[in-house]
Amino acid sequence: MRTALVSAPIDIGAIAAEVASPANGALSLFVGTVRNVHDGRSVDGIEYNAYAPMAECEMAAIAREAGERFGTRHIVIEHRTGYLALGEASVAIAVAHPRRANALDATRWIIEALKARVPIWKLEHYADGTRQWVEHGAGRRSASGHTAEPGRPGA
Amino acid sequence: MQLDVLLFASYADAAGASSVRVSVSDAARVEDVVQAVRAAAPAIPLPARPLVAVNHRYAAADAVVAPTDEVALIPPVAGG
Repeated sequence: MRTALVSAPIDIGAIAAEVASPANGALSLFVGTVRNVHDGRSVDGIEYNAYAPMAECEMAAIAREAGERFGTRHIVIEHRTGYLALGEASVAIAVAHPRRANALDATRWIIEALKARVPIWKLEHYADGTRQWVEHGAGRRSASGHTAEPGRPGA
Repeated sequence: MQLDVLLFASYADAAGASSVRVSVSDAARVEDVVQAVRAAAPAIPLPARPLVAVNHRYAAADAVVAPTDEVALIPPVAGG
């Protein structure tokens, strides 16, 4: 089990290799990449900014919780920070388990938890030269309120 | 006590700084710190109940804050 905030490009093959083992018949890999459009606006790239010590704590907590919930220690999560160009990987999650259902479910649970809890923000750079902070969960989080259940993804 | 409350992303841009210094009573709670930040830096677009972290963990509004705690206001997160 390993989690990390990284500034260099994520090596997806290396992460997959890290969790692979003969005992596990399933290896699930999720990779989030920088998309070229958001809300109809052309995007040139995204700057990822983290509250690093807290982000590292939350990522480690998510990996531990996923490990308990889905029954595996073969989990690696890396999230990149800094400026990323279109198509570059911002996040990669690898989970291995003897059974595919657990590997797939754990991967999905981890990315949803990460998006809900880890203090990382993205500043989108648009083709027209403007920039804007993206606030995915703004409506949902302010509706559910301050720390209602910060430990529960999607709360 | 005085606290330097950490700011990030849209909050830091609005304040023009990566932290804001506030004075609160000893044994102040998280909600008291939030009120002090609203007064000290009204330009920050804080929601009614902003997320707050104390020592790198999300904290409840009624959690007590100590002078040595690291307190941060967390804008809506957008990782992934």
